[in-house]
Amino acid sequence: MTTLSDGLSSRPTADRQPTADRRPGAAGARLRTAGWHALIIGVLALLLYPVVWLLATSIKPTDEILSSLSLLPSRLAPENYSAALDGIAGIGVWRFFTNSVIVAVGSVIGNLVSCALAAYAFARLRFRLRGPLFAFTLLTIMLPYHVVLIPQYTIFQKLDLVGTFVPLILPKLLATDAFFVFLMVQFIRGLPRELDDAAEIDGCGPVLTFRYVILPLLKPALVTTAIFTFIWTWNDFFSQLVYLNDPESYTLPLALRLFIDQTSESAFGPMFAMSVLSIVPVILFFLAFQRYLVEGIATSGLKG
Amino acid sequence: MTTGTLRRPPPRPAAPGGSTAGTRPRYRRNRPGIAYLFLSPWVLGALLLTVGPMLASLYLSFTDYDLFTSPEWVGLENYKRLFADDARFLASAKVTAMYVLVSVPLKLAAALAVALLLNRNRRGQGFYRSAFYAPSLLGTGVAIALVWRAMFTDAGVVDSVTGTFGWDTGGWINEPDYALYVLIILAVWQFGAPMVIFLAGLKQIPTELYDAAAVDGSGTWRTFRSVTLPMLSPIILFNLVLETIHAFQAFTPAFIVSGGRGGPSNSTLFYTLYLYERGFSQFRMGYASAMAWLLLLVIAIITAVFFGTSRRWVFYSGEDR
Repeated sequence: MTTLSDGLSSRPTADRQPTADRRPGAAGARLRTAGWHALIIGVLALLLYPVVWLLATSIKPTDEILSSLSLLPSRLAPENYSAALDGIAGIGVWRFFTNSVIVAVGSVIGNLVSCALAAYAFARLRFRLRGPLFAFTLLTIMLPYHVVLIPQYTIFQKLDLVGTFVPLILPKLLATDAFFVFLMVQFIRGLPRELDDAAEIDGCGPVLTFRYVILPLLKPALVTTAIFTFIWTWNDFFSQLVYLNDPESYTLPLALRLFIDQTSESAFGPMFAMSVLSIVPVILFFLAFQRYLVEGIATSGLKG
Repeated sequence: MTTGTLRRPPPRPAAPGGSTAGTRPRYRRNRPGIAYLFLSPWVLGALLLTVGPMLASLYLSFTDYDLFTSPEWVGLENYKRLFADDARFLASAKVTAMYVLVSVPLKLAAALAVALLLNRNRRGQGFYRSAFYAPSLLGTGVAIALVWRAMFTDAGVVDSVTGTFGWDTGGWINEPDYALYVLIILAVWQFGAPMVIFLAGLKQIPTELYDAAAVDGSGTWRTFRSVTLPMLSPIILFNLVLETIHAFQAFTPAFIVSGGRGGPSNSTLFYTLYLYERGFSQFRMGYASAMAWLLLLVIAIITAVFFGTSRRWVFYSGEDR
């Protein structure tokens, strides 16, 4: 349905541009295009200034960080990075980095497995409560985390799991990220049912159909889910703040927070160096998969 | 079994035309067992981590509970105290309301404006779209909040710039009148995600409508009001609901920029920040549960109002009227 209307709407627009260029005012059109690019690049420069500022500041000597408006440092200050690598509170940065990776990768695996299984059931299998249960899933997308937080915390505390990564990863293994269930259900619904029927005629039950027909075709949705889960978990601060209480198990966001309490200006350089280290994975993921990310947002958003 | 799936069966006309409907239920019947097998992680999560905890926190909201001794029933006491006897709670509600009311419309306006600007079939559109989206990925983290904190501090970048115009602010984050705007700017900065959704929506609007408007002599503004806005209204509703829900739950920026205390003089005390303080610094879990349920109630009411009034302002082109 969407692909059909997509094709209908995008083709005429694509045709319109060349005709506009062939008109007598082609030079004016080219000028307008140049103005368009200039405007957008201007807005982008303003928008991305804070990120550039962060990168530039991380290699500035401490005394220039706040006072100097110039993005270029008077001299490079690699000592910021060596201090950042030494970490904080006697714990090296790699420890925090490893902890963040464990939580993020665990969450990715959890979401991929549990959401794909649930999505297949909601999209393709028939069972009596399918409608109400799926409606419930959609509702939980809007549910504030705080409403379940305190009892969840109590449960994990009784199980003596507060301070471990289990409270951060286990919910993902149980498909509580309803957004991704929804995203995959929408994707599976878009796959032709004839494929399932063919598999069934060949004697495949739901398990084999899922494994050999749906799962391979679901790859784009799985990639989108994996990247978003990774980045969101990587950036997550609140639940890690609640559940991790031992500096040895701190993730990067929690380690960064420790810098706030250090009021002396000498901590600024290492703080921003560590900030850069903490956003490097996000930037790499973004550069590698930006098409998946943007398309994922566009389609899942639209179909809501 | 695998070879069986790979071998394409000859197109036997066993179920021609209408009788497909008759055969389908036969092999899809008696499968609920397998469906629940697929759903088992989801069911466990829904029961143990969503429905159960929701009911539990509703119960806890009527109790005095400090995590270590068993909860003690106090009736409506928590709710009464919130409104009658807790200035910090009222301050947090006010700050959050202000944050939602200002940041969400500004963010959506920026998103729509940039989406309209980008909606041309020109080279570089895809690249620009991604570049505008980047802040949405970075902005939720601690690192960018630290950047904001440093840029808006006394003698920081913003203070230096405004200082050259003779406006010495002493740092926005130290000034109760301005501190919240630091957080609002950070929220609006992340307009990329709703922008991408708007852009996808703009591409779905049939060109015929624009051609017809042009034939009728409609100007740019008129076309925007009469074609673009109505056709985009379902997506405006979607973005509005989503961003409002998110804004109510914002936590990280306020925590980082104010150093966890919501200052100066409660000006950045987000609702979630106060909830965290009550629940996890003071271990007043019953009180915090009452706050959580109030938040849920407010979000539910606002979402209901959005959807309830949507009949009047959201246009669904599929409708026959």
